[in-house]
Amino acid sequence: MKDWQPKILAILCNWCSYAGADLAGVSRIQYPPNIRVVRIPCSGRVDPLFIMKSLQSGFDGVLVSGCHPGDCHYLSGNYVARRRFAILKPLLEFIGIEPERVQFSWISAGEGERFAEVMTKVTNDVKKIGPAKRLVKGVQK
Amino acid sequence: MIEELREKVKKLLAGGDVELVIGWEKGSQPLSSTPVFIDSPEEADRLVFDSTCGNNPAVYSTKDARRLVKAGKKVGVVVKGCDARSLSLYVAEKQVKRDNIVIIGVPCRGVLDSDKVEELAGGREVLEYSEQDGKITVRGKDLDLTFDAKDVLSASCLACIYPDAKEYDIFIGEARDGKPNKEQNAAIDEFEKLSSEERWKRMEEIYSKCIRCYACRNVCPSCYCNECFVDQNDPQWIGKTPEITDTMIFHIIRNLHVAGRCVECGACERACPMGLDLLLLNRKAAREVEERFGYVTGIDSGEKPAMADFREDEKQNFIMG
Ligand code: SF4
Ligand code: SF4
Ligand code: FES
Repeated sequence: MKDWQPKILAILCNWCSYAGADLAGVSRIQYPPNIRVVRIPCSGRVDPLFIMKSLQSGFDGVLVSGCHPGDCHYLSGNYVARRRFAILKPLLEFIGIEPERVQFSWISAGEGERFAEVMTKVTNDVKKIGPAKRLVKGVQK
Repeated sequence: MIEELREKVKKLLAGGDVELVIGWEKGSQPLSSTPVFIDSPEEADRLVFDSTCGNNPAVYSTKDARRLVKAGKKVGVVVKGCDARSLSLYVAEKQVKRDNIVIIGVPCRGVLDSDKVEELAGGREVLEYSEQDGKITVRGKDLDLTFDAKDVLSASCLACIYPDAKEYDIFIGEARDGKPNKEQNAAIDEFEKLSSEERWKRMEEIYSKCIRCYACRNVCPSCYCNECFVDQNDPQWIGKTPEITDTMIFHIIRNLHVAGRCVECGACERACPMGLDLLLLNRKAAREVEERFGYVTGIDSGEKPAMADFREDEKQNFIMG
């Protein structure tokens, strides 16, 4: 247990947060290596099923990140996504999924520094609550 | 009441205002009336309305009815409060045009939960059903029982906030206003007092009973996708067995799909062979939708459905600062 490292899925919008990750990389900003990235065309593409499937298949945390409100490449993708997440988030907490497991952020292409901060925060949050057990397929409780 | 309904329907059909009326007629089972399509004034006497009319006629008002009526002609739909909410939702979601339907509201006193009746009847077969002034009587071989309606009505009806249509063209009798949803909110508040761990345990208890027959989805008036995500094979989103995580994902995602769309008719709970409490989660989602977006499902067909809409300055306190 001592060496346990969480696995965290970062679902990143191509036009902003993914580029933010790139910037963090080329600027050689350090952030925890617990992140696995999935690149999506827009936060509006994120079906809550993606998040549920990630938890089911054993990710200890999921972060979804898109363009800041007003900056979506497709104008309103992140506004529609925001409504979806606004319901998903309290619902997951309601059924007893720890709030730290599923998080959302807006990170622009210019915010390499912020990208590293967010990844650090999510990783630390998840480390605090330990490995995911709820909703994980095949876990003996 | 029923005479008034039949007369109205006769007039509508005779006058050519509508070409078809969807309502209920006596079914082959005493506890369940069946949907009926009435297309001539003479047929209107088949219409019935009482607590056995649990089916939602609104679901036939879209594709089915449009196939049957000539272009430009209207369909009349007899509706309880929840059915009316379905209709308003269908109009808002562009499944049917408001101009193509005539909404005929009837005063709903709640619909039966046949499981409750059967339990009280103690396994004896119910052959006859009647109701009067809040009392319900069932008869059969060695069976003659009268109970208070509230003992055999669906849980969703006992907590119903809109027993009568909000949006209608004709109402038979006097339409009552909606009322605040005290019971529903109390159940949610109670549940939220539990710790995260206890809530998860309760959810596991509830959903481990599910056999994934999908009766809840099939009966739901708001579930009308041509292909449901649970039936997709490529990609196969969730496994086909009642394994608990697959089951829970099914319910959570279905819940999100009906968030801001569930009309709280309770049909899912009545259809469930395993007696699952399905409305707790639905109502939680409905409450979030109402609190955050000020939207209540199926009240105003002119309003854009909440999950297809947005405001730029919306609260986003759940997003990392
Ligand atoms: S989810 Fe249940 S209560 Fe809601 S509309 Fe569908 S059947 Fe009715
Ligand atoms: S009707 Fe009941 S048992 Fe069947 S899938 Fe729905 S919740 Fe599960
Ligand atoms: S393009 Fe980034 S959120 Fe829409």
